[in-house]
Amino acid sequence: MTSITDPPQGSFRPSMLINDTRYRSYTFQAIAFIVLAASIGYLLDNLFENLAAQGLEISFGFLAAPAGYDINQTLIEYTSQSSNLRAAVVGILNTLLVAVLACVTATVFGVLAGVLRLSNNWLVAKLMAIYVEIFRNIPVLIWILIIYGIMTIVLAAPRDFRGDDPAASMFLGLAAFTNRGVYIPLPQFTRGFGAAELGAIWDWLLVIALLIGSLIATRFVTARATRIQEATGIRPKTLMTNLAIWFAPLILTFLILGLTFEIPALRGFNFAGGIKIGAPLIAIWFALSIYTGAFIAENVRAGIQAVSKGQTEAAAALGIRPGRIMSLVILPQALRVIIPPLISNYLNITKNSSLAILVGYADVTATLGGITLNQTGRAIECVLLLMLFYLLISLLISAVINVYNNAIKLKER
Amino acid sequence: MNKTVFFGAVAVAGLAASMGSAATLDDIKERGSLNCGVTTGLVGFASPDANGVWTGFDVGVCRAVAAAIFGDPTAVEFVPTTGKTRFTSLASGEIDLLARNTTWTFSRDVDLKFDFVGVNYYDGQGFMVPKELGVSSAKDLDGATVCIQTGTTTELNLADFFRTNNISYEPVPIETNAEAQQQYLAGACDVYTTDASGLAATRASFENPADHVLLPEIISKEPLGPLVRHGDNDFGDIARWTLNALITAEELGVTSANVEELGAAAGNNPEINRLLGTEGELGAMLGLEADWAKNAIAAGGNYGELFEKNIGENTPIGLARGLNAQWTDGGLIYSPPFR
Repeated sequence: MTSITDPPQGSFRPSMLINDTRYRSYTFQAIAFIVLAASIGYLLDNLFENLAAQGLEISFGFLAAPAGYDINQTLIEYTSQSSNLRAAVVGILNTLLVAVLACVTATVFGVLAGVLRLSNNWLVAKLMAIYVEIFRNIPVLIWILIIYGIMTIVLAAPRDFRGDDPAASMFLGLAAFTNRGVYIPLPQFTRGFGAAELGAIWDWLLVIALLIGSLIATRFVTARATRIQEATGIRPKTLMTNLAIWFAPLILTFLILGLTFEIPALRGFNFAGGIKIGAPLIAIWFALSIYTGAFIAENVRAGIQAVSKGQTEAAAALGIRPGRIMSLVILPQALRVIIPPLISNYLNITKNSSLAILVGYADVTATLGGITLNQTGRAIECVLLLMLFYLLISLLISAVINVYNNAIKLKER
Repeated sequence: MNKTVFFGAVAVAGLAASMGSAATLDDIKERGSLNCGVTTGLVGFASPDANGVWTGFDVGVCRAVAAAIFGDPTAVEFVPTTGKTRFTSLASGEIDLLARNTTWTFSRDVDLKFDFVGVNYYDGQGFMVPKELGVSSAKDLDGATVCIQTGTTTELNLADFFRTNNISYEPVPIETNAEAQQQYLAGACDVYTTDASGLAATRASFENPADHVLLPEIISKEPLGPLVRHGDNDFGDIARWTLNALITAEELGVTSANVEELGAAAGNNPEINRLLGTEGELGAMLGLEADWAKNAIAAGGNYGELFEKNIGENTPIGLARGLNAQWTDGGLIYSPPFR
């Protein structure tokens, strides 16, 4: 009856590499690999030969030499006498700063716009559609330039704040919006622990510890309320208790430590004191946020529309209000669709932050791949290091988001 | 995959470079034009005019070299380069000659493997500030925001100057002169610093040049000159001696007006004769025609004419000769003899 026949058990012949489907794919893959490896080898060999012909060699010694230039935004201590390596680290930190800030705000913009685009309100839905279409269809480079250009031209220069009848004045006397950046008050402790720099860190650690303590305490209060509700059916009022737990210790600590604010003031050419958020940072941060936010909005919309309408109707039938349907029923399911493309949006933000040099923001492309490359002439070494950095950081972001994705995805058994 | 592409690009660039450095002069002759790297636009030194024709002091050097090779000052392709791209362009063979007010420094000459063929402008780094700030010395600039062109010697000089004077500043790195100008005029920086000649040229293009002052301090030595790739000494010699020919021509009184007449037949002055090819075989030694220097001078005039026409006191830029006067007039411009 059955006519299943085993494949012929003949011995292996070289012609089978082409004719036999079992081996054919390996043959072609091997050929492709050899060709690829040979061409890379050829190009590398060429590179080194030509470098040798020009009397140049690959060397990373320049990283230890003094950089010689100054950087306008440094998160760690840096002077022009610091090494090129330290300049690169300063740039890396600036890249990470703008990438993290932009990822957070882009997500907020994106989720808001994506949800609102599905709004029943015609005007809101259309406004969001316009936002998405305008921002994702114009290159981010242009947005960075537009935003920086507008900031530079529209906002007042620090010198406009000078004189008896200045052309510009500070916002509420507290913050100054200038075309070089925004200056806001800096909180300080007059009676903090220890002295100077190190003392302030301990003060802030204390504040953070307090906040964590408050968080644990409020969770405990809420859990207790739920327990009582389940036992008696009556939920005790927790709002005032929670507010007190959040604010009372904090205010008390601030009073004891003597919290004051250092208000920025015009001294010499620029505002001094307070916290300065530079115009380049704002421009690149905002541009990346609204640009990528438009892409995320579409992901969010796709994710929401992927959740069956029956879910909304079922939730509504249970008497849940629209806002809670979105946050409790729809979004948790939509996240499974939203997260994977979100990774690539975060990667785009990180990589697009390399456009920062355009507005004079000192990211790693500007320090290591810009000024250091130029002043030392070590183009190949600098670009190699840059590639390594962006590769590592991108893989890291992917890994982190994948872990999160695994945590929230549909658990199948 | 990115890596592959990168190595590919580098290797291709390297290949191009090796081909380029073999015999630059042959390549240029085959191509029919000289590829000359200039600024992206600095009035007086290199900028396209209303008809798109490049003019300026550095452009003059390019045209003189082209005229020396081809007898035709228009046989030049001008390649605009920024402070960052200029050296890569030259090293990769994209351009043959870089005439882009580039400072002659040890590391560029030795480490980056270029040859500076001479100095066509002795400059120094200066500061420009709006008059309304009331600043009279660079030492008063404590805390100022300073616009700088990135990838130039100026950002290193600036760091050194502020450090030695123990004052602080905030740098705003900017890619091109045009952007820097915009930022400076909008008040996003208090000070613009670059070579004093560049500042004068930039100020000349402002709506109200009188509202801005150049501070008296010159904080560095900036000998600006054209450069070629290291290793092709024959082409380097052509560029070097074309520049020297322009300088010698001024010293000997050979101008674009009388060069035809002086070069028609041997005259009384043997050095002029040798220069213009009516005596001796200097042109043949370079691998060029005998009238190479005559063509170079006829292209835009001698050194002094180029200076006066493009950046001199009668132009909007209004630079005095100063250090750039002939050595006979107390300046530093000096050419080795033609013999």
